[in-house]
Amino acid sequence: MSTSSPAAKLPVSLAANPRLSSWVRLTGEGRVAISPGKVEIGQGIVTALAQIAADELDVDIGRIDMIRASTAMSPNEGVTSGSLSIQQSGRALRHICAEVRRRFLAAASERLGVDAALLDVEDGTISGPGNVRTSYWELAGDVSLDYDITADASAKSVAKRGVARHSLQRIDIPDKVFARPRFIHDCALPGLMHGRVLRPDISGAKLTALNEEAARVVPGLVAIVRDGGFAGVVADSGTAAETALKALRKAATWSAGEPLPDEDDLPGFLRSQPVETTIIDIRTAEPARKPAQTLRRQYTRPYIAHGSIAPSCAMAQWDGDHVHVWTHSQGVYPLRADLAIVLKLPTENIVVEHMEGAGCYGHNAADDVALDAVLLAKAADGRPVRVQWSRHDEMSHAPFGAAMAIEIEADLDADNEIVGWRHAIWSNGHTARPGRAAQPALLAATEIANPYPRMISTDPPAANGGGGDRNSVPLYDLPAWTITSHRLLTMPVRTSALRTLGGQGNVFAIESLLDEIAALRGEDPIALRLRHLRDQRARDVISTAARRAGWKPQKRPGIGHGVGFARYKNTGAYCAAIAEIEGTDDIRVKRLTLAVDVGEAINPDGVINQIEGGAIQATSWVLKERVRFDRTRITSTSWTDYPILTFSEVPAVDVEIIQRPEIEPVGAGEAAHGPVTAAIANAVFDCLGVRVRDLPITRDRIIAAMELAS
Amino acid sequence: MPTVQFQLNGTPIVVEADSDRALLDVLRGRLDVTSPHFGCGAGECGACHVMVDGRAMTSCDMPMWSVAGKEVVTVEGLGTAERPHPLQRAFITEQAMQCGYCASGILVSAAALLTRNPSPTEAEVRAALDRNLCRCGSHNRMVRAVLRAAAEMAAS
Repeated sequence: MSTSSPAAKLPVSLAANPRLSSWVRLTGEGRVAISPGKVEIGQGIVTALAQIAADELDVDIGRIDMIRASTAMSPNEGVTSGSLSIQQSGRALRHICAEVRRRFLAAASERLGVDAALLDVEDGTISGPGNVRTSYWELAGDVSLDYDITADASAKSVAKRGVARHSLQRIDIPDKVFARPRFIHDCALPGLMHGRVLRPDISGAKLTALNEEAARVVPGLVAIVRDGGFAGVVADSGTAAETALKALRKAATWSAGEPLPDEDDLPGFLRSQPVETTIIDIRTAEPARKPAQTLRRQYTRPYIAHGSIAPSCAMAQWDGDHVHVWTHSQGVYPLRADLAIVLKLPTENIVVEHMEGAGCYGHNAADDVALDAVLLAKAADGRPVRVQWSRHDEMSHAPFGAAMAIEIEADLDADNEIVGWRHAIWSNGHTARPGRAAQPALLAATEIANPYPRMISTDPPAANGGGGDRNSVPLYDLPAWTITSHRLLTMPVRTSALRTLGGQGNVFAIESLLDEIAALRGEDPIALRLRHLRDQRARDVISTAARRAGWKPQKRPGIGHGVGFARYKNTGAYCAAIAEIEGTDDIRVKRLTLAVDVGEAINPDGVINQIEGGAIQATSWVLKERVRFDRTRITSTSWTDYPILTFSEVPAVDVEIIQRPEIEPVGAGEAAHGPVTAAIANAVFDCLGVRVRDLPITRDRIIAAMELAS
Repeated sequence: MPTVQFQLNGTPIVVEADSDRALLDVLRGRLDVTSPHFGCGAGECGACHVMVDGRAMTSCDMPMWSVAGKEVVTVEGLGTAERPHPLQRAFITEQAMQCGYCASGILVSAAALLTRNPSPTEAEVRAALDRNLCRCGSHNRMVRAVLRAAAEMAAS
């Protein structure tokens, strides 16, 4: 006889971290510490998680202290990525807090002699018939939370939740408005020293010789650190560290680098490399319908930089053979795993603690700089060292979002109905995150005396949303399709996770071609989409966005409208976008109207903020962004060379949430990028009559498309 | 070491610093004023904006000699939780940020704008903030917050 493990019924984060006390602790008089494993990266997650905890525990949210993730005590929730924090951490906290409440009610029942079912909790005070009362804090000594949760705990019904679905103000914003240090960059540890690392301009070049003389005499220099091709300085001030680094740079000799592709022929490069090919999905039609014609279209997107406003930063402090690391990494445990490999230390010797950095949109240099700090701090005699990258290094050495070439062949019958669909992707992998392999993914690990090879990016499995293939399987009810992903086995330009992974590229391709087919048929593009969608939630976001945008507005010269839709990862948030643009050969996005369905929106304004932010960032990607390089080096190393959308260029963004309290919530952070990208591209066609299939959609690209069309 | 004298958030100070050292380094490294942030070091992103004699300027590339005798204001000098500047209150009301790393530079740019133009149009607010980059996409919230603060200041 077999029984299923109770853990199997638990949310994934709980199955891995079932101990109540790792999530919830009653601290001091009237305080509750909530300790999630997910981290704040500007998305407002700690506020939403506090709301969930406040609801289940029946305490005022003002009593809750959100504890920053640390390997010293936090549950291990892996990486804060994939729009999964509400889904994973939120569900876990809901169950955990429900169980904590149940245990306290049981203890109160015993102390007060009242049936637990008759007791009520209000802001942590437990009361019952006959005016009996106690509180969580009075009972704290009687109730141990050092228990593993079972599947029993039942969370409150939706109707009984009073905090969720309200737009509470974010708990981190007052600090940021009143200049109270909260960012790792602003943290002043006693005795803090400053480190900088020497990195090559030439891509892939190795340090072969270094004359340290000039750097050694810089006032304030504490140490020059060398470990194979890794070199850096430690100084008593940031300025001294910069000066010493400048001296080192002048005295460094580098090997030849590794050639970069031709930035003007990305598809040529992507489609000529050795690849690992995976059939993502096949649907066969019975009987197969014979096409009258086949449309074959190629779409591309360039490498895209994360471009956090703050360069990556970390602090480290050694105590004998133990090291404490402060980081804005998205994953404290995975980072610790990689540090342990490089340092050849047991993980117990390393504490990795999260501290906020600037907004992070995926795997940037946060983890790399943490190893830099650890290596430099070895020379600091037990004092903490803060390392901060330069803007130049951030824009050239941090991983980029991968370039993609996508080809779709659509078979059409005599009525231009789709009877077959083949979607093929060529791209580097979309993730090379730390903590997932036997080798470290950290930059300095490839530079030290016994270097590790640079990790070639891979893709998450389709069950986790895939990587290059993310959102490549149409949500539309097409009769037949074959989806193929070709992952590059070479990686001259370093890539890893950037918001949506391959989702933005694939949605751009699918939604552009659907738009083209609708135009060919003379059919309204929204009508065509709705005709191929059975999922009511999908239909609802499209119809809602259409209604809100007054679809379809009267045709006016110089103005265009376009639509885009996706369900992120095909399992997450539904989002539809309608773009209004104006332009002739240069375009301006005037307005974006979006509808989104994340299930239960825990903090509606937080969801809107994420969708607005995603829409604006996607607009920036579409209109402006492209990592530039020549055959030897990345050349877009400043904001001048890598421009992003400015305040005057930002469109109006209007968002409607379809609130579905009965449906488990999912994240909103990546839902808008694909739909907005497609909506803008389709609006360009509506406005100018040309299809631009290569991102970014710049003036040059539009003129080239016009020349091709004429 | 040479000294430079200037007003910081209303207080006269004298600080030892090389005359070509950047104001941002001195504020953050010597004076523990952490609201101006390092973003690019080239005056391109606005994260380090401070007000100098009422104008929003990048401090990462501003040499100390040019600050001598001037009045420098950072977010620390705008207001406090107890006595917030209308802009600080409006940024909270509008939840006008995501990560907030760029926010202090933007608060400074906005404060400088409202000093010289107490009732700006939306387009004027956007133009005044064009030298500040925001990567999270909180632009429209910030613009709404600035307009809200301007309205509040006009009413009081």
